[in-house]
This record gives sequence, C-alpha cells and structure tokens, in this order.
Amino acid sequence: MLAKRIIPCMDVTAGRVVKGVSFVELRDAGDPVEIARRYDEQGADELTFLDITASSDDRSIIFHIIEKVAEQVFIPLTVGGGVREVQDVRNLLNAGADKVSINTSAVVNPQLVADAAGRYGSQCIVVAIDAKQVAPGKWEVFTHGGRKATGLDAVEWAKKMQTLGAGEILLTSMDQDGQKKGFDLALTRAVTDALEIPVIASGGVGNLQHLADGVTKGGADAVLAASIFHFGEYTVQQAKQYMAQQGIEVRL
Amino acid sequence: MVDIAIVDYGMGNLRSVYQAVRKVAPAASVQVTDDASVIAAAGRVVFPGQGAMPDCMRELDGRGLRQVVLDAARNKPFLGICIGLQMLFEHSAEGDIPGLGVLQGEVVRFAHELKDAQDNKLKVPHMGWNGVHHAAHPLWAGIAQDARFYYVHSYYVQPRDKDIVQGTSDYPQPFVCAVSRGNLFAVQFHPEKSAAAGLKLLENFVNWNPV
Repeated sequence: MLAKRIIPCMDVTAGRVVKGVSFVELRDAGDPVEIARRYDEQGADELTFLDITASSDDRSIIFHIIEKVAEQVFIPLTVGGGVREVQDVRNLLNAGADKVSINTSAVVNPQLVADAAGRYGSQCIVVAIDAKQVAPGKWEVFTHGGRKATGLDAVEWAKKMQTLGAGEILLTSMDQDGQKKGFDLALTRAVTDALEIPVIASGGVGNLQHLADGVTKGGADAVLAASIFHFGEYTVQQAKQYMAQQGIEVRL
Repeated sequence: MVDIAIVDYGMGNLRSVYQAVRKVAPAASVQVTDDASVIAAAGRVVFPGQGAMPDCMRELDGRGLRQVVLDAARNKPFLGICIGLQMLFEHSAEGDIPGLGVLQGEVVRFAHELKDAQDNKLKVPHMGWNGVHHAAHPLWAGIAQDARFYYVHSYYVQPRDKDIVQGTSDYPQPFVCAVSRGNLFAVQFHPEKSAAAGLKLLENFVNWNPV
C-alpha cells in the first residue's frame, strides 16, 4: 500500500538553509545541496525548498540550487516562495523542480492556481496554506510569510484550492511552527477530512512521536519537518523506523 | 543518430527523465527532442508524460509526432512513463478520448471515496511511494519484489490482455502499473523520481535488447 511520506523542508535564503522560530529569528543550517544529498541518502521521500528571500535580486540563487540538487537527487523536489505568475512555475520546473508550491499569490490571484494546473497539470501544483487559530475549531489563512491576515477560513480555502486544481496542500500551523510541540492536529484533521487531495502536515515537529501523530491523529498523507533533521537530532531513517514500529506504512 | 531519444511534446518536466537517463547511461548520447527524424533514427525511445491525457494527445498530434511514436512503440526498445503508458491504450476516461491504441484496453479513474481496510480515506491523486509486485522480466532484474516506486496519478490502465501485465500495486485494490509487449515496456510510476529502484529500472531499460 501507499506509504506515508516524510519530507524534510529547507528554507533557503542567500544560498543557505536557515530555520526560524514562528517565522522569525533565522539560524544557519548549512549548504542546501549538501543537505539535500544527505536527506536523500537517509531515505527522504521528497524534498521541499522554500525560497524565503525577500528581494528578487537573489532569485537566481534558488534556480542554481535546484539545478544542482536535481542532478544528484532522484526523488521529487518541491520548490516554493515568490511564485507570482505561470512563467515562475515554468522556470522552476525547467530548473528541475517536480512540484511548485504557491502561497501568497494563490490568495492574491486564485486564477494563478487554475492556470498553472491547467498548463502543467495538478500533479505539480502544491498550494501552501499558513493558518492560525482564531477560535476553537476555526483557523484563518495568513499570507506574506505569516504577516498578513486574509479573513479566509483555512478549511474553506483548502477546498477552493482543490476545486481550482491544486494537486496537494501543504498546511502549516503558524501557532505551532518552530515551537517543537507537535503539529496542530485539529487543524490537520479538519483540512484532511475536507479534501480528496493529499495533505502535508507542517509546523511544530519536535520529536518523532509528533511525526507519527500527524499521520495517525491528524490524518496527514505526508509529514514535513525541518529543524529536527537539520540539526542532527534525528535522521530521516530513524523517523521512518519509529513510524513503522507504530504500524504506519513507510518506505524503509 | 542518438542512442536514446526522450520524446518532447511540450508536456511535463522532461529534465528529470533526462538527468536520470544520463545518470544510468553516462556513455550514451541522450536527447530530449520533438524532432520526428531524431526519434525515428534513435536506438531507443523514452515516452514520458505529465498532466491531463487530452492535452498530451493534442500536443503530440500538434507536433506531428503520432506516427513516429507508433513506429517506435512497435519496432525498438520503448519505455512509456506515466501518461506515456496511458496514451498507449485505446481509450481514456479522462476527457473521454481515444488513445494511440497500441495496446488494447481502457484508462479509468480511481473511485471517489476510496477507503483502506481500516476505513481510512484514500486520497486521489494516488501520490507517493507504493510497492510493486512484479512479474519476471529483464527490466525488473536486480529490483526486489515489492520495492517502492514514486507515483502521482488519478487514472490507471486496464489492459484487455492480462498477459501483458508486468506489475501491479494496491490502492486499495490491485491496479496495473507495468505492461510489456515485445520491444515495449511501460510503467505508471516515475522511475526517474524513484531513487535507487527507479534508476535500476532505467539502467535495465538502456541495456535491454528485446528479441
């Protein structure tokens, strides 16, 4: 049967992998190409790169990184950050990305999701949703790296993105991100129950039980984590063995 | 003349396929091409595909590549990947359109509201790593039974002739993920994105000499 995926995520700026806490306080984690190769050797199921560079001047750096990684790593690569138009999707796919993640621009211009999925196929369009709890059982979508409230309900927004052609949802809890206390399982469950397309849980992983909970309690199809892998606390292989012991289907 | 031609009809990311083929055949000349004469002269042909089948069929015809792909599928080592497998069949439910008709059978969608044995919802597209139960064929040499390959698709093939089936995966029911006939082999998963198992299959293909 289909395995649950474990996806290390690399936030990239100025050619380096960094990690923040609740979207701020960046800490250097190393060279993206080297880190990608290491995760591939450890059995990562996919890799996600988020270009968190604010200025467009440094945009070419991410293309170069993706090209280098794609030459050496034969698993799916997702790239997000700064995708504003269909041509940005094309450029990232040309550089070697297999999927492109769209976040802020999906809110600003939902038609972009439909156009990109129509042109390149839903399989390569991931819509990233950053959500914050606003009431019990209610989450709001934020954009611009979590700085801007949109007034959109996260579950409804996810359903709309599915309708427009998203192939997958990357769901990040802003409340949990960087806190190492585990995913927002209620949010994950609410979104995954509402959708037919796969959902990647993100934000808050501090230990291996958190990853397992994302699948067993949150219902996620894939789990994404950054710092527990970057700083050597756990390998991807350890994470998979831990999940397998709990009866979760993984690729060992 | 190139050793391996990767057919480019404007759909999907061919760079991954190119990189992976280069990796397993470093000495071979490999070209991503929409030139019918290059494909006709190539020693072997890889026929990938991504996106929706109606778009793929339209783009293939728009570039005038139908005949050269049909010829290659009948005459030389030929590897179909993903939609490149589906297009070989007679008809697809995706857009209710005819395919190339090289192989008999239908392309159908996974059911809505799929559930596994524990009553968990199964998502469509079927996306991720699934085990492949494979038959005996030179392209599976050195690949463990139930090795996992990377998939992303919502439709799958139902061949009329069961003898062409070379592999199945479960979601939750078995579906056909690999077929072969003579010089032709085609898979639903993406070998170029399936790490060591995928590279091994591609290596087997570039070294394959079907009779």
